[in-house]
Amino acid sequence: MKAEAIAVSVPADIEAELAAARLPFFKAFGKWVRNQPLGAVSAVGVIFMILVAVLAPLIAPHDPVEAHYEAMAAAPSIEYWLGTDQFGRDLLSRVIWGARTALFIGFTSAILGATIGLVLGVTSAYFGGWFDLLFQRVMDVFLAFPLIIMALAVVAIFGTGPENVIIAITIPFVPRCARVVRSNALAIREIPYIDAARALGYGHLRIILRHMAPNCMAPYLIMLTTFLGQAILLEASLSYLGLGVQEPVAAWGLMLQGGAEEYAESAPWIAIFPGLAITLAVFAFNLFGDSVRDTLDPKLRAR
Amino acid sequence: MPVLLQVENLRTQFYTSAGTVRAVDGISYTVNEGETVGIVGESGCGKSVGALSILRLIPDPPGKIASGSIRFQGRDILAMSDEELRNLRGAQISMVFQEPMTSLNPVLTIGLQLCETMELHLKLTPEQARSRATELLGMVGISEPERRLQQYPHHLSGGMRQRVMIALALSCNPKLIIADEPTTALDVTIQAQILELMKDLTKRLGVALIIITHNLGVVARYADRVYVMYAGKIIEGGSASDIYHRPLHPYTLGLLRSVPRMDRPRGNRLIPIDGQPPDLTREIEGCAYRPRCSFAVARCEHEVPPLDSVGGGHTSACFEKARLQGLLKEAS
Repeated sequence: MKAEAIAVSVPADIEAELAAARLPFFKAFGKWVRNQPLGAVSAVGVIFMILVAVLAPLIAPHDPVEAHYEAMAAAPSIEYWLGTDQFGRDLLSRVIWGARTALFIGFTSAILGATIGLVLGVTSAYFGGWFDLLFQRVMDVFLAFPLIIMALAVVAIFGTGPENVIIAITIPFVPRCARVVRSNALAIREIPYIDAARALGYGHLRIILRHMAPNCMAPYLIMLTTFLGQAILLEASLSYLGLGVQEPVAAWGLMLQGGAEEYAESAPWIAIFPGLAITLAVFAFNLFGDSVRDTLDPKLRAR
Repeated sequence: MPVLLQVENLRTQFYTSAGTVRAVDGISYTVNEGETVGIVGESGCGKSVGALSILRLIPDPPGKIASGSIRFQGRDILAMSDEELRNLRGAQISMVFQEPMTSLNPVLTIGLQLCETMELHLKLTPEQARSRATELLGMVGISEPERRLQQYPHHLSGGMRQRVMIALALSCNPKLIIADEPTTALDVTIQAQILELMKDLTKRLGVALIIITHNLGVVARYADRVYVMYAGKIIEGGSASDIYHRPLHPYTLGLLRSVPRMDRPRGNRLIPIDGQPPDLTREIEGCAYRPRCSFAVARCEHEVPPLDSVGGGHTSACFEKARLQGLLKEAS
């Protein structure tokens, strides 16, 4: 028998089946909104915040660092919608610019932390044996410290400033992501296509990055979205403690510090609005993370 | 024909908490250029481990190639550096695995997986690799190869995926393809198609093929030479017709009597082999098949029968092969 004679014929309707399986974008999106109403609301919140952060210079009514000495600790008014702080700086502008700081640091450290964690977790699972054992014990040491303590220690070593805050937040994220990704990668390592990749003569690096890491995207994205909310909260905490971003940069945690405490009774808006911004941001990112997890994790989806 | 692969006294062992498993216990065989060799045996007899050992794909730990040599075109595979080994795998010797459903990466397109290998080993440009990938898919009988290249493995059926695996195995013009139970996971009609395809392509391209299977029918039809394995050892070897028509080991005979055959009158009883294969963690004294063997004599208990030639390239590891030979003559 000739190879040509036994060619596989493809059913004609396979194309139609494939098209049916590939829902149009809007239909799929509509389905997601119906299944995850909270997720949709939080997604709107997240997108709104990203827009605010990106467009900060255009939409902020005042310069966030400019002091208006004629209106110090002024109540919300038509000129200053959310009032001013003790130096007469417009709170609305500072909250808007603060979104930029929060999201920049939040996204950078979450993406860095999750990505480094992904690569390390897959590597650990791929090599296995004593390497995996040793690596996991090192991760255990990192995990033994609460997130904020770990970040504090890192800032204490490297000093303050936005870059160091990013490093401080990234480092405790790495082992958390690495551990989750590793457990997923351990299962993937046993699937024959990894053996097949080795049998084709691929090197370790190629197998880890090109063949295993893309198969770990679900846990990676779940960890990434979870980290976003945590990173924003951590940045605010560090800034509040004076270990994060320094004055006069607008940052939500920083705005809660100093004047906000002194003027808590006479000018409560100084504390209320940045506090509200932090709350809403963390809430939105966490809800969004939850709905991403529900969508991506097949075990949870069944419920 | 010149010898392509020479396996000598290969021992592969697994060190587990239950003890040392002697999965492959001193096997020797050769594969000539362009030849199809079948390795037959039941589950757990070491046939897959023996094949994986050729490419040093045994997970270490717990596995280890304890001794022996594997020579491919005169070069010792066991002495190769990691880099030499990577240049050998896929380029000189490639594999087709048992499970077509899981041996392709689900997140990469068929085209990407085919092209990656050729870009790596043959140093083709992406365009060259793409056109060769199209050609290969056509060669293994996949319709609309252009479109298939953009599809993911889950778009294809099991039989088509195995065709893709064969295309992948052939992509870098290897000298040898090792097919580890290539048709076990497929249904019977597809099995025949895949085997025909492999035989046709390997003959046409002059590629040697090692087919590992538990199906005697497969080797009888497609292999030039056959080795039968039991408990980590080769117990009989010879041409396919020798093994099929003149088996000289009670185990081979038992295997043949336990499968239905189209070339015998219907109504013949199928006779199963009683008992279980031995526990490979324990040192086996004498012949491993003795507890299940109806030909066993006192000698079998303490002495391991050597794999002796009976002429014409036919070898058998049984003390009683003369008696078997006599019985065969009587029967015919």
